[in-house]
Amino acid sequence: MVMSMRKMSVNQRGQIRSVTASGEMGRRIRDMGLVPGTELMVVGRAPLQDPVAVRMKGFTLSLRNSEADYISVEAR
Amino acid sequence: MSQDIIRAAMSGQPNCGKSTMFNAITGGSARVGNYPGITVDRLEGTYRLDGKVIKLVDLPGTYSLTSYSMEEVVARNVIVDEHPDVVINMMDATALERSLFLAVQFMEIGAPLVLGLNMMDEVRRNGVTIDTKKLSQLLNVPVVACTARVGQGRQELMAEVVRLAADAKGRWRPIRLSYGPDLDPLLEKMTARIEQEQFMTGRHDARWVAIKYLEGDELVIAAGRAAGSLSAELEALCREAEKTTRHNSNTTPDAIIADWRYGFISGLLKQGVVSGGDELRRNASDSIDRVVTNKLLGPLIMAGALWAMFYITFTLGAYPQGWIEDGFTWLAELGTTFIPEGYVQSLVVNGIIGGVGSVMGFTPLILIMFAMLVFLEDLGYMARVAYMMDKVMRIFGLHGMSVMPLIMSGGIPGGCAVPGVMAARTLRSPRERLATILTAPFMVCGAKTTAYLMLVAAFFPNSPTGAMFCVVIAAWAFVLLVSRLLRSTVVTGESTPFVMEIPPYRLPTLRGVAVHTLERVWQYVKKAGTVILAVSIVMWAVMTFPELPEDAVATYDARRATAEEQVKADNPQAAGEELDTLVADAQTPITDEQNEAALQYSAGGRVGGFLKPVTDLAGFPWQANIALIGAFAAKEVFVSTMATAYSMGEVDPEDATSLSDRLAADPAWSLPAVLSVFAFMLLYTPCMVTVVAIAKESNWKWALFSVGGSMAFAFVVSVVIYHAARLIV
Repeated sequence: MVMSMRKMSVNQRGQIRSVTASGEMGRRIRDMGLVPGTELMVVGRAPLQDPVAVRMKGFTLSLRNSEADYISVEAR
Repeated sequence: MSQDIIRAAMSGQPNCGKSTMFNAITGGSARVGNYPGITVDRLEGTYRLDGKVIKLVDLPGTYSLTSYSMEEVVARNVIVDEHPDVVINMMDATALERSLFLAVQFMEIGAPLVLGLNMMDEVRRNGVTIDTKKLSQLLNVPVVACTARVGQGRQELMAEVVRLAADAKGRWRPIRLSYGPDLDPLLEKMTARIEQEQFMTGRHDARWVAIKYLEGDELVIAAGRAAGSLSAELEALCREAEKTTRHNSNTTPDAIIADWRYGFISGLLKQGVVSGGDELRRNASDSIDRVVTNKLLGPLIMAGALWAMFYITFTLGAYPQGWIEDGFTWLAELGTTFIPEGYVQSLVVNGIIGGVGSVMGFTPLILIMFAMLVFLEDLGYMARVAYMMDKVMRIFGLHGMSVMPLIMSGGIPGGCAVPGVMAARTLRSPRERLATILTAPFMVCGAKTTAYLMLVAAFFPNSPTGAMFCVVIAAWAFVLLVSRLLRSTVVTGESTPFVMEIPPYRLPTLRGVAVHTLERVWQYVKKAGTVILAVSIVMWAVMTFPELPEDAVATYDARRATAEEQVKADNPQAAGEELDTLVADAQTPITDEQNEAALQYSAGGRVGGFLKPVTDLAGFPWQANIALIGAFAAKEVFVSTMATAYSMGEVDPEDATSLSDRLAADPAWSLPAVLSVFAFMLLYTPCMVTVVAIAKESNWKWALFSVGGSMAFAFVVSVVIYHAARLIV
């Protein structure tokens, strides 16, 4: 099921389908390796539910929900 | 250029252990400098091997080589402009794929590259094997396995640097990656045109320029526009490219370039470079974070850690701070004894020793605070704090990373804005960092605390704790609201993307912590020391000159003589020490009165008087005027100047009860006036040490903005509070 990364729950895995952010935000997201095809797993959320922590490519990344909105994931 | 000197640049992504390796290689030889015009530190050091001298420069840690941040631009410019013989790229081998993203960009520029695969011990622990030989073959780049923490791989790395420098002989060979059917033909076309016109080829590889145009790199395009008319043609081709990519895959060329770069890397790694392990497996750090960033425990642990840090800094730091102050007191006594009484003595003792001494007294605090901050930062905890606090701070236009500098500045009373402002370095987002730096000085620093304690004891003797608590709450409220205000007026712009690595917990090396801390402290001593020396002299002069006219001094002398006669007449039986004490007791009030008159007569006092019509709007008593001016040097001065102004003579700022009594008795301090001074004290111009720190961490323009802006803001707030309170009371 393809969904926005924001909607993923903790411990859910998935594969990135597309990243629609552009400009500086898009660049930073891609620089960290959030590109289509990347496997990831949501490992946690901050105490106020935002940002979200994601495990991918051997490291842990955190990003805000507003940034996760640009990433759609084929979730499992 | 001599073949005996090899110029190497050390690059790497943040948290890859680059600094650890740099320190391991260069030992004590590293020197800190600054890149001209910006605040990124430039570290240089040397290493000797087989008669070769390798001059190593440490580039700022960056994930990529775009032009979005200061660090990235610096890293890129050093490579392009200084043309080092070899670039060493340290990488976190546990995140090999992401690390190679930077390496590939260096290879596209063409720099001769040596890869240092760091954290190999962790890689092994994770059950992963990396075939470094295979990686080296596939990339055609030397690869060295390292564990920088224990200095392993250092010699091998430098041996490769020497070998590569000899092989490459300064020749650069950019690699050509494919960016797919949409972009490749266009890149060919652009590259050909660039080569034809010799467009910026003196500085860059032609294809690299073409790629940067497609990526929409603002700096390269701006330079291109200045370089010639071909820029317009290239930009038109880029617009063409965007149309194609939008049509074919609904995306932009820069996205495609990043995707293909990562595609190239993952293709490479799949050829048997990495085996074993599970990239999505939770590691030990993720398990720790289940507790440390837990919904309930996370904030509690954070509060505990911050409190502990604060407590340690200001209790442990008090001892060395006391020793340093004692040392300067001793120096001052020495000065009083050996320099003949007069201007020179006054200048040296009160101006220079007093001024510089008060600043040097902060050094132990900065040392301890920074050591702990560097430790927590290197440990990886600060990233967790940012992660937990981001949601709250973002509302006010700040960043999760702003919490620490704000706390340090006095978010818990007793901090100090100087280390606080310096701690804002950990923020990688320029706008949020600036807003943090500009508002952190509102916090209740240790110096302000002494002043508030004195004022609170005078005016709120029944509920001192409650009053102090209100002051702290007010400080936080002002910091957050003013940040919001700044971020929507002078420091505008989208909030910087948060996208941040949460590095695994790694125990920092003692050496790394020590090196970073000492560096920072030395810079503070050096930079702040020079400026503060100058300002101290000025403040001394302002509070000393012009002196009381001779006839006025003669009057006081006469009164003292009369007092002595009077005492003798009243106590005919007293003699020796007893008489001296009685005389001194009688004369002290006269001397205090003379000091008060002298202060009022001095330039500082006159400015205070001159400002009275203005400050009357806010209801300040005239003594507060002078004290607030003096407190610009250091906020502790508020108490001592008030004491002089109330002709109290020497007052220990730590124990100012008698001054509090005197203030409470003065009808000029009505409740509205008190509240007004409280607010002004909180918000007005940071002390000069902080101003210097702000200038150092941003630039003088922002430092002056901080001076003028906070002054104006504080005044407006005080006037409003004064008049509002008068209406109610």
